[in-house]
Amino acid sequence: MTETLESSKLVGQPLKRKEDARLVTGETNWTDNIQLPGMLYMAILRSPMAHAKIDRIDTSRAAQMPGVVAVYTGADLAGLGIPCVWPVTDDMVGPTFPVLAADEVRFAGDAVAAVVADSRYRASDALEGIEVDYSPLPAVIDMTAALADGADLVHSDKGTNKCYYWEFTGGDYAAAKAKAEAEGGRVFHRQYIQQRLIPNAMEPRAVVCAPMAATGEITLWSSTQIPHVVRVLLALVTGIPEQKIRVIAPDVGGGFGSKLDLYREEVIAAVVAGKLGRPVKWTESRSEGYQATIHGRDQIQDIEVACTADGTLLGLKVDLVANMGAYLQIITPGIPLLGAFMYNSIYKFEALHFGCTGVFTTTTPTDAYRGAGRPEATYAIERLMDDLAAELGVDPLELRAKNWIKHEEFPFTTIAGLEYDSGNYEAATAKATELLDYSGLRAEQARRRESGDPVQLGIGVSTFTEMCGLAPSRILSALKYVAGGWESSTVRVLPTGKVEVVTGTSPHGQGHVTAWSQIAADALGVPFEDIEVIYGDTKMSPHGMDTYGSRSLVVGGIAVLHAAERVVEKARRIAAHQLECDPADLDFEGGVFKVRGTPGAEKAIQAVAFEAFTAHDLPEGVEPTLTADSTLDPNQFSYPHGTHLCAVEVDTETGAVVIRKYVAVDDIGNVVNPMIVEGQVHGGIAQGIAQALYEEAVYDADGNLVTGTMVDYLVPSAADLPHFTTDRTVTPATTNELGVKGVGEAGTIASTPAVVNAVVDALRHLGVHDMRMPCSPQTVWRTIQTAAGASSNSNGAQS
Amino acid sequence: MSTVPISVTVDGQRYESDVEPRQLLVHHLRDGLGRVGTPIGCDTSNCGACTVLLDGKSVKSCAVLAVQTDGRSVTTVQGLANGTWHPVQQAFHAEHGLQCGYCTPGMMLAAVDLLTENPNPTEAEIRDGLEGNLCRCTGYQNIVKAVQAAAVAMQAEGAAR
Ligand code: FES
Ligand code: FES
Repeated sequence: MTETLESSKLVGQPLKRKEDARLVTGETNWTDNIQLPGMLYMAILRSPMAHAKIDRIDTSRAAQMPGVVAVYTGADLAGLGIPCVWPVTDDMVGPTFPVLAADEVRFAGDAVAAVVADSRYRASDALEGIEVDYSPLPAVIDMTAALADGADLVHSDKGTNKCYYWEFTGGDYAAAKAKAEAEGGRVFHRQYIQQRLIPNAMEPRAVVCAPMAATGEITLWSSTQIPHVVRVLLALVTGIPEQKIRVIAPDVGGGFGSKLDLYREEVIAAVVAGKLGRPVKWTESRSEGYQATIHGRDQIQDIEVACTADGTLLGLKVDLVANMGAYLQIITPGIPLLGAFMYNSIYKFEALHFGCTGVFTTTTPTDAYRGAGRPEATYAIERLMDDLAAELGVDPLELRAKNWIKHEEFPFTTIAGLEYDSGNYEAATAKATELLDYSGLRAEQARRRESGDPVQLGIGVSTFTEMCGLAPSRILSALKYVAGGWESSTVRVLPTGKVEVVTGTSPHGQGHVTAWSQIAADALGVPFEDIEVIYGDTKMSPHGMDTYGSRSLVVGGIAVLHAAERVVEKARRIAAHQLECDPADLDFEGGVFKVRGTPGAEKAIQAVAFEAFTAHDLPEGVEPTLTADSTLDPNQFSYPHGTHLCAVEVDTETGAVVIRKYVAVDDIGNVVNPMIVEGQVHGGIAQGIAQALYEEAVYDADGNLVTGTMVDYLVPSAADLPHFTTDRTVTPATTNELGVKGVGEAGTIASTPAVVNAVVDALRHLGVHDMRMPCSPQTVWRTIQTAAGASSNSNGAQS
Repeated sequence: MSTVPISVTVDGQRYESDVEPRQLLVHHLRDGLGRVGTPIGCDTSNCGACTVLLDGKSVKSCAVLAVQTDGRSVTTVQGLANGTWHPVQQAFHAEHGLQCGYCTPGMMLAAVDLLTENPNPTEAEIRDGLEGNLCRCTGYQNIVKAVQAAAVAMQAEGAAR
């Protein structure tokens, strides 16, 4: 329907968000706000130890405490567990993940018992009345040690800590390497560490479950990104018939992947509420969440490139060790593999070899965290490109430009087998270098180096792309992912001409209500204000695959467009019938069907909607009501890209890093709402910078989470972050009608390597070649000292 | 556990209640009075999500006991509008200073306090002033812009008065 797109007015406009009115006035509906008659409160007893046998649990004292209604242990809820829906290999080791540990605890924070009481305070008081005798077992923390022969085991019955080994090959890496060696080129190896992160959505998780004994129904409110998936999984896990389960994600305060899961507390609340016949609420405290909600990243990355003497890339070999944690959450093992196809990034390689070993440790399970696999991949390749450029003595931008896919080469099938539909790395990079004043800052860098300024300047480059918009169900199947990647929408024009857009996406801050209204308003020619978007409730929006992986617009938003176009087609037939013309003779402009060449012969879509409602005079074969559905399963991923440049000042005497300027030029094709896009980019960059400079979840050797509260885990505040200069280039996607690409994770993917590259660049002349994240003042200072020690030692040896 | 009678004015309405001495103000607001607009983001008084005004000064309501507010006046996000939205609310909307909105009540009330103290803050002063309020969605840039816009609006409003 190009005609509606051409007349589009709202797509592309920075319209203010419809979502805001409730949020700025406090008329919110967070899960923890829900109060129901007779509601009970649940608290979970968690293991203080990383690994131990449970010898005895005595709940008798707790059961007698004031207000306590019930106490459950693993024995009471035996057989209930969290499934992993991404068995990445046929021989993957997938341990049973019980909702309450019965015999053995395997990470600090492992759930041991559930208390249900008549108040929040009394439920948590009663935790102290539960006695558990533990016999400590060895903690398994270090991934490399965990993989060694004779290592202490997380799951002794499995005989190994290895979860899986997964590999992927494109081309012949050995041949590429041989070619590089034969031609006087280089084989360049680096190891990078992806530290463990805690996602920190500002709203802690919460669950409320209300049972209805007479019908066997349950309604489960959860602070989740995936109400539809939770419903299916709850049905499979609990045996409650799916049609009896209603899952609602009310207002959800951020997710970033950490609410892309089925969690133990959701299952426990559902089952316990049913047993007790009363509503049950559980709300996580922040510190509890640091142990009970998934962590992200945590990989050791060995990356090797083979290139010619002039720096033309030939082959790429990646070996990952990825920390699963103690158990597999629903897609834990697949997360590192989402990066498998992204290490080659925007560059042309003849060969790629990717291998990943998943390993169990006695730590909180990992799973998707903003970017999920792609930030890790992008970090490694972009760090490596900067390091390789330094090794070759060329400008890092020059090395990239030599190797990236040229604009005229699109569509381009990469060595990883993905077909990139569109991109213009030249344009984005040109804009970014200009905005940063790249050459000016390089000159200043040279001056500071020369003068031995204690404050050194560094410039970091990150030219990235990513695959998002999950998406093609057929590819997901090839990856052994159990679910599909489609998205669904229903568009209804009500009898009075107002519109309901039902979406299967489940927004939690992204602004879908506004963006979907823009898309539907343009397609239907109705006012933006007349559109209501319905989401996040399996009863009202029955079909959906929910929100993650920067998929909502490119899959869900396009489904809205398709459904709206189908509504227009249906309306066209009704309008033609009533205007007594052929449907093809109708123009549709601004919501009005007009008979071409007959001024005044017209009918607005709202009027058609009323006719469709009365059904008094519909054409043969057209059913009443003006409504249509679309379920879209795209056959391609979405490939946003961009160039982020970061300039940092590093105080070589204190190790302090200050971001002097951060420039992000993103190319996400056409945009629906540039204001929302910019916000996504800002937030994404902030999270990537947080990994680069501030955040790390640290376990000690005994498996205690040292960064167990917000006091110890440094989520950056406004004072810790700079102003970002953001801009865009526009290379429309060719894989969807709007030409749009995903943007939710791009900033996070791009920014971490930009910042660390800048820090290393500032110090390279001092002998610094890498910097462990987070680049805290201590780490930076120590790395400078170590490098200085190394160079004075070698000087000493020479003299 | 014994309870203590308290009388607190919340968003202009007086509430008489009996509370446990250990009850936090934020729990009293949410569970006791049903004023659920003020959310909770942490258990260590780090995040600022629960920020309210106590007699006009911003406090983290998870760091105050309900009994400490006896006889005093609390303003939450639900009492910020006075017929029309407060300039800070308008500015957060206009400048896209929120995404999920979870930090927003606390962030706005901290901003109100900041602007009361310093009607014309620089960007650095805004960033420092909001240091106790964490946002995971916005990267803070549009929050800063919103506070700047609110400052301009409030000064214009003041001048018009
Ligand atoms: S809830 Fe009060 S500061 Fe976090
Ligand atoms: S808007 Fe989500 S935490 Fe600030």
